[in-house]
Amino acid sequence: MEAVRTTHLKKTYHGKTAVDEVSLTIEQGELFGLIGPDGAGKTSIFRMLTTLLLPDGGAAAVDGLDVVKDYRQIRKRVGYMPGKFSLYPDLSVEENLNFFATVFNTTVAANYTLIKDIYVQLEPFKKRRAGKLSGGMKQKLALCCALIHKPTVLFLDEPTTGVDPVSRKEFWEMLQQLKAQHITILVSTPYMDEASLCDKVALIQQGKILSVDTPAAIVASYPQPLYAARANEMHQLLKALQQSADVRSSYGFGEFAHVSFKDTDIDIASFETILAKKGLTDIEIRPTPVTIEDCFIERLNSQA
Amino acid sequence: MRTILFLLEKEFRQIFRNRSIMLLVLVMPVIQLLLLPLAANYEVRNVNIAIIDNDHSSYSRKLITGITASGYFRLTGYLFSYKGAMSLIEKDQADLLLEIPRGFERNLVREGRQQLFVAVNAINGTKANLGGVYLGTVIKAANDDIRLDLAPQQAGAPPAIDTVTANWYNPLLNYRVYMVPGILAILVTMIGGFLTALNIVKEKEAGTIEQINVTPIKKHHFILGKLIPFWVLGNVVFTLGLIVSRLIYGIVPQGSILLLYGFIWIYLLAVLGFGLLVSTFCDTQQQAMFIMFFFIMIFVLMGGLFTSTDSMPEWAQVASRFNPVTYLIEVMRMVILKGSGLKDIAGRMGVLTLFAIVLNGLAIFNYRKTS
Repeated sequence: MEAVRTTHLKKTYHGKTAVDEVSLTIEQGELFGLIGPDGAGKTSIFRMLTTLLLPDGGAAAVDGLDVVKDYRQIRKRVGYMPGKFSLYPDLSVEENLNFFATVFNTTVAANYTLIKDIYVQLEPFKKRRAGKLSGGMKQKLALCCALIHKPTVLFLDEPTTGVDPVSRKEFWEMLQQLKAQHITILVSTPYMDEASLCDKVALIQQGKILSVDTPAAIVASYPQPLYAARANEMHQLLKALQQSADVRSSYGFGEFAHVSFKDTDIDIASFETILAKKGLTDIEIRPTPVTIEDCFIERLNSQA
Repeated sequence: MRTILFLLEKEFRQIFRNRSIMLLVLVMPVIQLLLLPLAANYEVRNVNIAIIDNDHSSYSRKLITGITASGYFRLTGYLFSYKGAMSLIEKDQADLLLEIPRGFERNLVREGRQQLFVAVNAINGTKANLGGVYLGTVIKAANDDIRLDLAPQQAGAPPAIDTVTANWYNPLLNYRVYMVPGILAILVTMIGGFLTALNIVKEKEAGTIEQINVTPIKKHHFILGKLIPFWVLGNVVFTLGLIVSRLIYGIVPQGSILLLYGFIWIYLLAVLGFGLLVSTFCDTQQQAMFIMFFFIMIFVLMGGLFTSTDSMPEWAQVASRFNPVTYLIEVMRMVILKGSGLKDIAGRMGVLTLFAIVLNGLAIFNYRKTS
């Protein structure tokens, strides 16, 4: 049985489609990433799966339980961490954790092994009010509270948005540890670099799933060799690339421009001379590994 | 059942930690009960009167002495023309004008009758009205004196009906005795209603309600977890209020204290239900605040605290039957001042029970865990 299954799931807000016929299957024990920009419909999917929002069409099941019919059962077994910090700021770390344990009819002690690695970092601050914690600490506490009843599926809605790079890295390490405890994790993020840390990712844009696969397979499916280009005048370079008849796609990517060509066997050296004629100097074009972000842009372009 | 205990523990912890709520509950009722009944007073004193004496006779002087000695009036002008007196009214230095006509004493003695002219500045309705009445009383007293002067030797005074009024339940017509129970009713309403509405909306604003909604906590558990703490706080406010009105104003409830509490218990359920209902419609504390304020204003002003509901137009009287505050103010005055028993307030208790059931029912119905 799959941990999560949605079929043609749909949600509209005032006639505007936020989630458009989304069909997903998440296996048990998987760390599944929902990757897409802001407004892609990630939070709506999360809220439907956690029974906070009623779907307008299609069906969804968590642990084989229907999100509309069996919502009571689902609420007992899922953990949800909303994108916005939503624990009681006027209760202490300890009190928050105890409260959420008791409302799920369990105790902190009973499931302490699950949160131990995270909680030890919070322990020095256990008397502090949750509202007075730093951003990274708040995320850790929220994760603890979402885990304290030993959920079978954990929903993390943009857990790393607005968190510093070090805490982000730590957070993903914690997720890997949880995966080892056979908890299915569905995580959403707007950061493409986090996608490669998932077992499987779904790329989502404007409510539609663009593709679902392992990060490796998504990267491998990129149809063309990819090059990174650099020159003295980046703006000029991008313009030249866009105007060139040989170029299939080009876009800025950090300090480089990523380029793919219509002819996969193109002679790079002769292409460089063409660019040089346009007045560009220090031209450097070399093959580069494909990233999830490149795939995302590729899918968007092929859709358009 | 265990869930409720945990919810209550959490709720009370948050309340005790919130110093402003504690202050609101403990200090606000005391201060308001100390201030409001002393300041809000129906008794009118210091009515400024300007007198135009065109007669300058012993009777006119006697009349003026009577007026100034009554304690209600302050003589701000003693003039000889109506025009001059009118300018005093225009400058807001006089509330009343009394004009004594030329030949007042002569005509009174000769013809047995004379007219006085009184003009009232009616911008402040209450002051003008009461001032006019007081002046009438003082003039009548002076008139009686004059009659006695003129006709002592007549056999038997002319027949006159004299009324003697006994003020029951408030023999000295002490204004505070009437106001304190009413103000206490408003305080209980404000604290109960506002705190409940704001509390739930606060959870919405902070997003904590999301987190609660994905737990197995049941709807009625959550609502009870919110109702009970504020119900307890309402009782605390009421008790404090009773203590203050006893210690400061010497108001000892004539009726049964238990009956009063019984009524307050039902009343609080209705008011808290109302607060809950408002909270289900609002997304921010600001919205909740203004909606509650809108209703509380109507409840208070149409509830018979300042103006008796009996003197309202018919539609307002009908509307006041749907106003829980009306019932509480009535019952408070009945039980505290008059010593009414269960039999007398049972009907009102029934209506409030109905209010409590309907309001809480609507609130539970409208509080959706899933949107």
